[in-house]
Amino acid sequence: MNLTLKIWRQKNPSTKGEMKTYPVSDISEDMSFLEMMDVLNEELITKGEEPVAFDHDCREGICGSCSMYINGEPHGPDRGVATCQLHMRKFKDGDTIHIEPWRANAFPVLKDLVVDRSSFDRIIQAGGYVSVNTSGNSQDANSIPIPKENADLAFDAATCIGCGACVAACKNASAMLFVSAKVSQLSLLPQGRVEAKDRVLSMIDQMDDEGFGNCTNTGACAIECPKEISLDNIARMNREFLSASISK
Amino acid sequence: MATKSGFLKISVAKKVAMALSGFFLMFFLLQHCTINMLSVISPDTFNETSHFMGTNALVQYLLQPVLIFGVVFHLLMGMVLEQKNRSSRTINYAYSKPAASSSWMSRNMIITGIMVMLFLGLHFYDFWLPEVKTKFIDGNMTGMLADGSGFRYYEELTHKFVDPIRVVIYVVAFVFLSLHLMHGFQSSFQSVGIRKNTWTPLIQKLSMIYAVVIPAAFVFIAIYHHLAHH
Repeated sequence: MNLTLKIWRQKNPSTKGEMKTYPVSDISEDMSFLEMMDVLNEELITKGEEPVAFDHDCREGICGSCSMYINGEPHGPDRGVATCQLHMRKFKDGDTIHIEPWRANAFPVLKDLVVDRSSFDRIIQAGGYVSVNTSGNSQDANSIPIPKENADLAFDAATCIGCGACVAACKNASAMLFVSAKVSQLSLLPQGRVEAKDRVLSMIDQMDDEGFGNCTNTGACAIECPKEISLDNIARMNREFLSASISK
Repeated sequence: MATKSGFLKISVAKKVAMALSGFFLMFFLLQHCTINMLSVISPDTFNETSHFMGTNALVQYLLQPVLIFGVVFHLLMGMVLEQKNRSSRTINYAYSKPAASSSWMSRNMIITGIMVMLFLGLHFYDFWLPEVKTKFIDGNMTGMLADGSGFRYYEELTHKFVDPIRVVIYVVAFVFLSLHLMHGFQSSFQSVGIRKNTWTPLIQKLSMIYAVVIPAAFVFIAIYHHLAHH
C-alpha cells in the first residue's frame, strides 16, 4: 500500500520542530509499524537525508521503548499493543498517518520522536523498590504464602512496561496509571508491605515534582495502555495514599 | 524516602478534597431537589419546610456557611487543578483523537463546572440575595407575604418561573449540571479509592441515574410552575 506520513521532526531539544510530509510506497500489510518506519529511514538515508529518530529495542512489546503517537492515539489505533506490535494491516492504502512524539512537559523531546522518560526512572528511584538484603542469605520468595488473588493482581500491575502511553493519552499528562501500577505491584505483596506507606508518599511526591498533571479519571490511560493496566490500580494507590497520610 | 509537608500541596490530596466537596454538594443537591419537589406535590408542606430551612439556626449559621464554603472550595480547587493540568502539557499534539478513549464529559468538567457556577450566580441573585435582604436587612423573619395571607416561599418560587427566558436558562444550566454529574459522581468514588469489580458497575449505574434524574426533576419543577402559573 501507498501512504502519506506526517511526522514530527525536531533536530534537538532546543530547536523548534514541525510536522513534515513523507510519501512511502509498496508497504506490506504484514509489516510492523516500526518496519514501515525502517523502510522510510532507508529511503531517507539513500537520499542523503537525516533519518527519523525513534526509540525501539525488543520489538516484541515488552521493553516499553517504542513510543509514537499515531493518528491521535498512543501506540496507534490497535488496543493492548505497543507500537512495535502494531501492524500495517490496521491502515488502508492511501491513508495519511500522523506520527508525533509523546507530549508532556515531563517528557521533553530529545529528537524527532524520541522523548526523555527519565522522570519515570526518578519516580522508581523514589520508592519503587523493596529493601532486601541480597548478600546470599535472603529468604526464598516462594516460602512466604501469598493469596492467589493478590499474586495475580500484583503480576497484572507488574506487566506495566513504563512506556509512558498513559501520560501521552491523558489530557492532563498525568502519570497516575504508571505510578499506581508500580505502587500496586509491591504493596499487594507481603515483601512490599513493610515500606508501603513511605513508598506511596515518596513516589507521589516525585511524580508531582516531575511536573505531571492530576488524574481526572477520564480512563483514557487504561484504554490506551499497551498492557491494559487497570484503573483499579489508581484507586488502590489513592487508598494507600489516604491510609499513609492519616497514619504517618 | 522523603515527603513534602502540606497535605493539599499533593496532587492526590487535591483530588481527594475535590471528591469530598463533590460528595457534599451532591448530597445538598439531593435534599434541595426533594424540598423543591414538595412545591409540586404540596405547596403548604413546601412553605413549612422552606420556613424551617430559612429560620433554623443550625441550618442558617452552620450548614449554610459550610455549603457556601463547599461551593467556593469546589470552584477554586477545580481552577487550581485545571491550571496545573494545562501547564503539564504546554505543547499540544498536532493531531489528536481524545474521543477514542474518553468521554466528552470527563474531558470537559471545567466547562460544565463553570457553566453551573455561572448559573449559581443567577440563582444567588434570584433567591439568596432577596432572602438575605428580607431576613437580615429588613429584619423580617416571619416568612409571611406582605399582606400576611400566608407564607411567601411558594409565591416567590412560582413568580420566578413565569419568565420563559429564566426557565430556558434554568433548563440549559441543568443540562450542564447533568453532564458534570455524569462524570463527577463516579469520578468522586475513584478519587477516594472506592473501586471494586463488584461495586464499580453499580456506582456507574447510580451515577447515570443521579445525573439524569436530579437535574430532570429540577427542570420538571421549573416547567411545571411556568405552565401552571403562566
